[in-house]
Amino acid sequence: MATFKEFRNNVKPNWCPGCGDFSVQAAIQRAAANVGLEPEQLAVISGIGCSGRISGYINAYGLHGIHGRALPIAQGVKLANRELTVIASGGDGDGFAIGMGHTVHAIRRNLDVTYIVMDNQIYGLTKGQTSPRSAEGFKTKSTPEGSIEHTLSPLEIAMSAGATFVAQSFSSDLKQLTTLIEEGIKHKGFSLINVFSPCVTFNKVNTYDWFKENIVNLEQFPDYDSSNRIAAMNKIMETHGMLTGLIYQDKSRKSYEDLAVGFKEQGLAKQKLELSREQFDKLLAEFK
Amino acid sequence: MISQLSWKIGGQQGEGVESTDRIFSTALNRLGYYLYGYRHFSSRIKGGHTNNKIRISTSPIRAISDDLDILVAFDQETIDLNAKELREGGVIVADAKFSPTVPEGVSARLFAVPITAIAEELGTSLMKNMVASGASWALLGLPLEVFNKAVEEEFGRKGPAIVEKNVEAVRRGAEFVLEQAGGPLEEFKLEPADGVQKLFMIGNEAIGLGAIAGGCRLMSAYPITPASEIMEYLIKKLPKFGGTVVQTEDEIAAATMAIGANYAGVRTMTASAGPGLSLMMEAIGLSGMTETPLVIVDTQRGGPSTGLPTKQEQSDINALIYGTHGEIPKLVVAPSTIEECFYDMVEAFNVAEEYQIPVIVATDLQLSLGKQSCDVLDYDSVRINRGKLVEGELPPLEEHRMFKRYELTENGVSPRVLPGMKNGIHHVTGVEHDQEGRPSESAVNRAKMMDKRLNKIKNLRVTNAVKVHAEQKDADVLIVAMGSTGGTIEEARTRLTKDGVKTAHVTVRQMFPFPSELLEPHLKSAKQIMVLENNATGQLANLIKQNLGYHDKIKNVLKYDGTPFLPSEVYKACKELI
Repeated sequence: MATFKEFRNNVKPNWCPGCGDFSVQAAIQRAAANVGLEPEQLAVISGIGCSGRISGYINAYGLHGIHGRALPIAQGVKLANRELTVIASGGDGDGFAIGMGHTVHAIRRNLDVTYIVMDNQIYGLTKGQTSPRSAEGFKTKSTPEGSIEHTLSPLEIAMSAGATFVAQSFSSDLKQLTTLIEEGIKHKGFSLINVFSPCVTFNKVNTYDWFKENIVNLEQFPDYDSSNRIAAMNKIMETHGMLTGLIYQDKSRKSYEDLAVGFKEQGLAKQKLELSREQFDKLLAEFK
Repeated sequence: MISQLSWKIGGQQGEGVESTDRIFSTALNRLGYYLYGYRHFSSRIKGGHTNNKIRISTSPIRAISDDLDILVAFDQETIDLNAKELREGGVIVADAKFSPTVPEGVSARLFAVPITAIAEELGTSLMKNMVASGASWALLGLPLEVFNKAVEEEFGRKGPAIVEKNVEAVRRGAEFVLEQAGGPLEEFKLEPADGVQKLFMIGNEAIGLGAIAGGCRLMSAYPITPASEIMEYLIKKLPKFGGTVVQTEDEIAAATMAIGANYAGVRTMTASAGPGLSLMMEAIGLSGMTETPLVIVDTQRGGPSTGLPTKQEQSDINALIYGTHGEIPKLVVAPSTIEECFYDMVEAFNVAEEYQIPVIVATDLQLSLGKQSCDVLDYDSVRINRGKLVEGELPPLEEHRMFKRYELTENGVSPRVLPGMKNGIHHVTGVEHDQEGRPSESAVNRAKMMDKRLNKIKNLRVTNAVKVHAEQKDADVLIVAMGSTGGTIEEARTRLTKDGVKTAHVTVRQMFPFPSELLEPHLKSAKQIMVLENNATGQLANLIKQNLGYHDKIKNVLKYDGTPFLPSEVYKACKELI
């Protein structure tokens, strides 16, 4: 069985020292090993942005696609070979701005993909513009007078889109994050894991200390029932989305692959492509 | 007796025009006639004039006709809009309900048949289509039992009572019109057909069929006219082969999902029309840059923007060739017949994997939606070639090395492994990368990788990249066209030959990379070149000029009013040229 070290490669990340994304990378590597994967059984599909580079920093199959489209690509990979473990990842701009349409529909579709968002409330790679996750009044290069748009709540959106697995974590809490990613991988369906991953260079407001002060760990509520949709929505709203842990999981809903009529149970990529003459003739006969 | 005839049914959209056409043509197909259909419709569901025209012939035809023999009208608007198309001595079969009149200056004979009344008497006005098609059938003097068989097939699963009612509707329509006409019309008596049932389908179905035969097992797509029939066909069929169709949230998702699935090893396609293709452009670049196979069908319709969604045009060629930012290898192929729709799809999937590039198959609306007879499709000519796909086991990689997915090879095509394979791990990125897929900004690497990718397609030529219909060294005019126009030109050529005009005719099927060396000999020997296309700026003519010159010889004939060329228009244009 592979250890987390086997999910490492020797590519040096181009992230700034202290970036939250390092811990996310480590958590993915640990979770992959903990659930018993071999590197070749994992495909990490990422978007564009600082965090999008993550697929190149993990020793696994990886595809670094185009801005905002990690999810449709990841879903294509899963459809083609459901035997693979597919992780999609990217930043809050990637998933909640340019790619928001895909995020909502990937949630609805419920293919067995784990989506890890590195949420730093800012655009880092383009050097500091506002993101849909930036707070109102947040000053950036593109909002010199402060953002006048409402902050988007991905957790509320996920819940209303019919998510079957919603979790949130903080990159400093490697243990919790690793566990949540493991749970996400094991979940039969789409899992959203939003991770507060501070940008140490461009976001001087939402810092490590700021998160430590403001987030609430669900462990503080021993009676919290993550299978209760209403309780989950309430807790998200009560905490203004500043909570960590497994927020909601619906184990009863089947994944898209399991619901699609006739969809092959083994990886589709492995089957032969040629039609038999009989199959071919049968198709033609319908046009007579 | 005549060897060919044109029939048209018209009415308000949603009142049974489509189904009348379907049942009438299905029955004709049973007799072995060759058919070629044309749909005039609008981008709405109910209401608005719509009509379907069918050309019926005892020999293969691939064009709509200039005129019309029989017009079946569900309303006066149909007569007013279409009667002028009727030839001298043509016939109108109209619903007596609206007291039809023949417009001034039209010499057609009118048969007012109580189409709605008969249908309602039998229980529902829905059966109008049966009364109307029964009347048409009877006028042609064709055997009623063959028609009844078709009715039985259409309604069999709804039970014998429904079949009986419809058969009765057909009988009543036939009886009424024959009484009025005094029996079948002698001048419309068709020579018997060969009795061999042909394949009868629309281009979009041939595309779906070709995709399955070509190993496609997944499709991700977003609905759009005139491409939706492809996904509708595949969602019925792919689950039988373990696959599926995903209706995505937009065309960006459709294209990128297809890239993901192709990357992971399943032949996957998407299909759309102009607006969708515009949205896919960035994804096409990703496919080219990451050397991930991708097959996209573009069913061209009237542009720009929403344009004419239900009308004929061939105006996406420039966008398909140049649409992506940066420079990538790709193939753009334009089938010109229904059979080519099938074979080109098989080839598209092979080329996409052999060359590891995006392949765009560009039809036009008339080819995609015109229902027509199709030659026998040959099982034995279907071959699957997956190119340099690595199978079996790979040797272990050295520590911290990755598989050379982008290895520099002689022809630029590198070995490809699929995710899941041990010792095959590599990185894939739209960022410029080295042989293992790691991002690289090295100038030396950049130049090598650009050359590697772009050189792959240098010698790429599809089957019949330039299709020669007629070669005549001493021709007065060489006609060059693309897409569905070929059949119309052939028909015009028959008339021109009778007039003593010598013409040559080629169809350009491969739009990119441009098959210059295959086209040049024809241009060289031509006295004059007429390039015919359904767009306003002469995209094909410009491609020829850009790649080969011949500015002085080329005369561009353009039609961009939303309708396909008619044989008479091609004939006239040729006559004017010489």
